[in-house]
Amino acid sequence: MALSLRCFLRCGKNAVSAVRQRGFHRSVPAAAQVTVRDALNQAMDEEMERDERVFLMGEEVAQYDGAYKVSRGLWKKYGDKRVIDTPISEMGFAGIAVGSAMAGLRPICEFMTFNFSMQAIDQVINSAAKTYYMSAGLQAVPIVFRGPNGASAGVAAQHSQCFAAWYAHCPGLKVVSPWNAEDAKGLLKAAIRDDNPVVFLENELMYGVPFEMSEESQSKDFTIPIGKAKIERQGNHITMVSHSRFVGHCLDAAAVLAKDGIECEVINLRTIRPMDVESIEASVMKTNHLVTVEGGWPQFGVGAEICARIMEGPAFNYLDAPVTRVTGVDIPMPYAKILEDHSLPQIKDIIFSVKKTLNV
Amino acid sequence: MKAMLAIISNALCRITGKNVLLIDLSEYISLTSPAAPTLAQTQRQPPKPPPGARVVVSRSFTDFTPQATFDIKQCDLHRLEEGPPLKAELTREQGLQYYRTMQTVRRMELKADQLYKQKIIRGFCHLYDGQEACAAGIEAAINRSDHLITAYRAHGYTYTRGVTIKEILAELTGRKGGVAKGKGGSMHMYAPYFYGGNGIVGAQVPLGAGIALACRYQGNNQVCVTLYGDGAANQGQLFESFNMAALWKLPCIFICENNRYGMGTSVERASASTDYYKRGDFIPGLRVDGMDVLCVREAAKFAADYCRSGKGPIVMELQTYRYHGHSMSDPGVSYRTREEIQEVRSKNDPITVLKERLLSNNMASAEELKDIDVAIRKEVEDAAQFATSDPEPPLEQLCNHIFCNNPPVEVRGTNPWSKLQSVS
Repeated sequence: MALSLRCFLRCGKNAVSAVRQRGFHRSVPAAAQVTVRDALNQAMDEEMERDERVFLMGEEVAQYDGAYKVSRGLWKKYGDKRVIDTPISEMGFAGIAVGSAMAGLRPICEFMTFNFSMQAIDQVINSAAKTYYMSAGLQAVPIVFRGPNGASAGVAAQHSQCFAAWYAHCPGLKVVSPWNAEDAKGLLKAAIRDDNPVVFLENELMYGVPFEMSEESQSKDFTIPIGKAKIERQGNHITMVSHSRFVGHCLDAAAVLAKDGIECEVINLRTIRPMDVESIEASVMKTNHLVTVEGGWPQFGVGAEICARIMEGPAFNYLDAPVTRVTGVDIPMPYAKILEDHSLPQIKDIIFSVKKTLNV
Repeated sequence: MKAMLAIISNALCRITGKNVLLIDLSEYISLTSPAAPTLAQTQRQPPKPPPGARVVVSRSFTDFTPQATFDIKQCDLHRLEEGPPLKAELTREQGLQYYRTMQTVRRMELKADQLYKQKIIRGFCHLYDGQEACAAGIEAAINRSDHLITAYRAHGYTYTRGVTIKEILAELTGRKGGVAKGKGGSMHMYAPYFYGGNGIVGAQVPLGAGIALACRYQGNNQVCVTLYGDGAANQGQLFESFNMAALWKLPCIFICENNRYGMGTSVERASASTDYYKRGDFIPGLRVDGMDVLCVREAAKFAADYCRSGKGPIVMELQTYRYHGHSMSDPGVSYRTREEIQEVRSKNDPITVLKERLLSNNMASAEELKDIDVAIRKEVEDAAQFATSDPEPPLEQLCNHIFCNNPPVEVRGTNPWSKLQSVS
């Protein structure tokens, strides 16, 4: 107790999260700083406590505490039955997870990164996503596939792909892409409670980032509805739509642009499929300009879909300029730092694109 | 008894077009009673048959052998000290039930063949005739609350797991009365404790291991029967499933229905080892005569007991044969000879094998079995009638069943102005 008090006085706000990490049952303070990793951990812990059909399986999730420590402490608390270390057999264990969901359990299937989910993609699409439709409602598959998605740092081409567009292409799946800790917790809880297959795309670089979490969001019943976007920043001049880590980039760009008198409205998609096009349309009808920002490749991507949808809807007539997509460069991810930095949207790219779109 | 004879006699008259008189011999001849001498004194003369009639003799049902024991083929064993028993008990009821089941599957598949050739069934249609003993034997060995999953040659199992012929045929013809309301088709039929019907070769095996995991997790003493073919036996995901099932001692019975051909490729051309019962390596296995329903039943019982005892998974290879080609688009004679097919049909047909056992052991009569055949034909015919006359699913339901327990969502149609509704 004295130790934690000293820590608190010395380290200020970081100490709060240090104290939080030590236990699972804590009194609920007012708004607190929580990392995305801890938010995910709390979500899984709370849902496993709430429903004993919920269990976690994946590589290194149990005794290693998770390759990225997202499942830290869960094996110790729940044991072998509910936190299962799998061999390196993505196709096999993804299929096993889907089968267990068909037979009444509610599995969380972790892919160490979504790059490895390609090994198992048949089980995700053909066994999970399509089954409720093929069976005309006889067979549900309540499963969550989660793990880090997209670029990390220095992990090169085979470990850096963004799969949002791939999975969001398929009917029968819900695809969720949280940005901050509140997103992470609320959406993961919602995903676990959802009776449908949900692909939950996390981001490794966000795991360690702390965010303020409101008191409400710390409640054990706090969920965020899947399929609703959030306006992170209000603005009148231009709409920026993004998901996952690049929401932060958009907000940073918006802060810089504000100094030039350009007020950006930043929309955090939160869910890729089903996409909340209405929120984007409402914003575009106000600002008349739209820029999409994502880490994935441009062709057939999330931004491409947003462009198509805006054109097909009422907001098209409100556009004063074509929609601009800011995306990852259309190449496999290189390794050298300077090359990697220039393969993904930087804040200056977003600022440049906004100004071009506004013709300023 | 007299009423029964009258009914049968009438039926025979209608079928044969001849006058037939059935008499109950038990009134005149006592086959079992030791008090025969006293009866002889009171014996009556049999009634004189009307002119032009033929006398067909029937026996009362008490004269059938109620139960018999049969020698069955020994199973080849892998990593097992003992295998299933070498003798199988069969009661008359069971015999008739297995016969009915297999004959129903046979006739249903032949009807599907017919409907496909008439283009009333489209797309893929993989028929199960020849392999009936596998489905019937397995179902006889497990409980209804055990689980079963198979690949695309699934109509037989769909039936044994409780779906009616009507719902199966109507699903094949794509009508709203089909078990999946016409949205699944041949390869995607489901029922309680039956998980299809899976189109991707081998994908059902990890699913089956997962169902077994759920059984173990829930501690319900149930097992999962996970079927695959000799073609799927070379899929990598099978070996991933074997590994995890053995590691976690999942109550999974992996069953390879080896019908000697994966589509058009014989087992010798596809597999470096055709001992499919050994492919589980560290998992014990047995190789079973899949054309004998009693063999299949005893082996499946043995396997289910093994799994239920907590020892982990087991592999079973059923040596069986399909009369049809891989699917309806495959005549099935480019990679095997007609002689081979004919030989299996004449020497090893699962229905014939059972029938001969029942008849030669006085467990049923030929007429009785014939009546069953007739009844089944009628049932299948009625089901086909339904399947061809039932309407197709209504277009309003096109987008339904995307999500479970979800508020209605809008679905984009083929063009931006086409906004369709999807309810759960």
